[in-house]
Amino acid sequence: MKQDIPLLPALATAIALSFTAPAQAVTDEEFKALQDQMNQLADAVENQPASKASKVHIGGYGELHYNNWEKPNGEEFKQLDFHRFVLFFGYDFSDSIRFHSELEIEHAFVEDNNECSFDVPTGGLTPGDTVTCEGGTAPGAVELEQAYIEFDLTENMETKAGLFLMPVGIINETHEPTTFYGVERNPIETRIIPSTWWEGGAALTGRFGGSGVSYDLAITSGLDGGTDVRGGRQKVARANASDFAYTGRIKYTGLRGLELAGTAQYQSDMTQSTDPDINDATLLSAHAIYNISQFQLRALYANWDIDVTTNASAADQARDKQDGYYVEGSWKFVPSAGVFARYNVWDNGGVGDTEKTQTDVGINYWPHEGVVIKFDYQKQDHGAVNQADEQDGFNVGLGYAF
Amino acid sequence: MRHFAAILLILLLSAHALAGGVYQEPDAFIAEVFADKPPKAAVIWPDTELKAQIKDILGHDYKGLRIRYWKQDKRTAWVLDEIGKDKPITTGFVINNGRIELVRVLIFRESRGWEIRHAFFTDQFDKASLNSDSQLDRTIDNISGATLSVRAVTKLARVALLLDQAAQVEKES
Repeated sequence: MKQDIPLLPALATAIALSFTAPAQAVTDEEFKALQDQMNQLADAVENQPASKASKVHIGGYGELHYNNWEKPNGEEFKQLDFHRFVLFFGYDFSDSIRFHSELEIEHAFVEDNNECSFDVPTGGLTPGDTVTCEGGTAPGAVELEQAYIEFDLTENMETKAGLFLMPVGIINETHEPTTFYGVERNPIETRIIPSTWWEGGAALTGRFGGSGVSYDLAITSGLDGGTDVRGGRQKVARANASDFAYTGRIKYTGLRGLELAGTAQYQSDMTQSTDPDINDATLLSAHAIYNISQFQLRALYANWDIDVTTNASAADQARDKQDGYYVEGSWKFVPSAGVFARYNVWDNGGVGDTEKTQTDVGINYWPHEGVVIKFDYQKQDHGAVNQADEQDGFNVGLGYAF
Repeated sequence: MRHFAAILLILLLSAHALAGGVYQEPDAFIAEVFADKPPKAAVIWPDTELKAQIKDILGHDYKGLRIRYWKQDKRTAWVLDEIGKDKPITTGFVINNGRIELVRVLIFRESRGWEIRHAFFTDQFDKASLNSDSQLDRTIDNISGATLSVRAVTKLARVALLLDQAAQVEKES
């Protein structure tokens, strides 16, 4: 119940009256009495119960991107895109039960495009891809990326149920634009892992005292895309739940500046039992982050091993193994600005030389801790199969988070 | 899978309101840092200038009309709150001769960012002081995934040092 606070006006009035009263000497006892009264008033003001509004948490982040790329054949891609507009809403039901959610609009404009159909290329869509769509033309999407209830079980353990981000990789759970270098997210965590990746289910998170070791266990809905990992994200939208996924992560942060983590996930059926030729799969991922003074080093590796029978198509058989890694170094030469360089290698499989590489260099500037301006240059060198799709150029980005 | 689901169900059913991450009660912290003989608490009523300096550090006004502290000679102790991501982090500070003697996370109320309670993080503040720009005289290493918590405690460290300066002047006058 909201309560008015009349005490501040009373305090102000008391002080004002003290100045309008006829001038006269104040004894020590009167002065002490006035001090006690002021302290009592301050106690009452400071101990007001928290209003319901304080149990509501609102946050958000957003990114505006400008991409300027060119393919080997001279074809240019120039695009200005409000890539993400995200709102967080949370509510504390009690000290130990809370709700958290994340709602996102991608690419600014969403329109009903039920009549739109297009073929998704192998490996999913990449920024710059052109799709021909009959009917609707809006490129956007509205997505519920998180919506879960979290319960504290003990001081070192909590559980949650609902729709949540998968505990894998670096940016899948922490991807506000102010937290990473480069305008676009790195291709390994988008094309292999595939971030941003959320599922519905339940999870348990815990820590082993002060050891720095923490763990996550999750049972969730699974992918349904066969060997198209990124395209298999069901997004808990009437998701086929015939076959679940089981995820475990161990993380170590017990040494200053160091984070080590490894995730193992078992997908019991990559087509939700609709295709007998593509069955279960395992994802393994590991990463390291090391901060020392103004320098940071990041490295991540992810690997999919999908059970594909010999009766499957040649294309699917060639995509039974998909992996990638990246290494990134960065240096904050002043507290508000830093430079980075990242080398990425990934392969979503396929017939022939399908390996892709990308080198990124750039700079981030934080005029405020919640705002970032980014510039980076990217250079791609792909294997023969994808060489014509290389896109070299620069990116400019504006991001915020609060 | 059935066993996992059963364990999860049992844990869910046993959920109840707990103290959360209360590593040390503030009273116990004060007693400890003054060897069980804490001085009587004093209060600072921040004036306009001090309020502006605090707001400049935190990005907002510090809650409350007064700030309580304990002082013995040149040594002061403070228990301050600042929001990490959504909830306040209660942190204890001991300042000695204008330098940080001790930083301890007392109460942590969120499910992420708890790494700041480790000595490897809080030890970075040992003997830290404020420079002329009210910044710490050193860089505090971030903890990936705990940036907001790191930021909150770092800001509080600056506020504690600033308040210590004010407390020393107050007592002298």
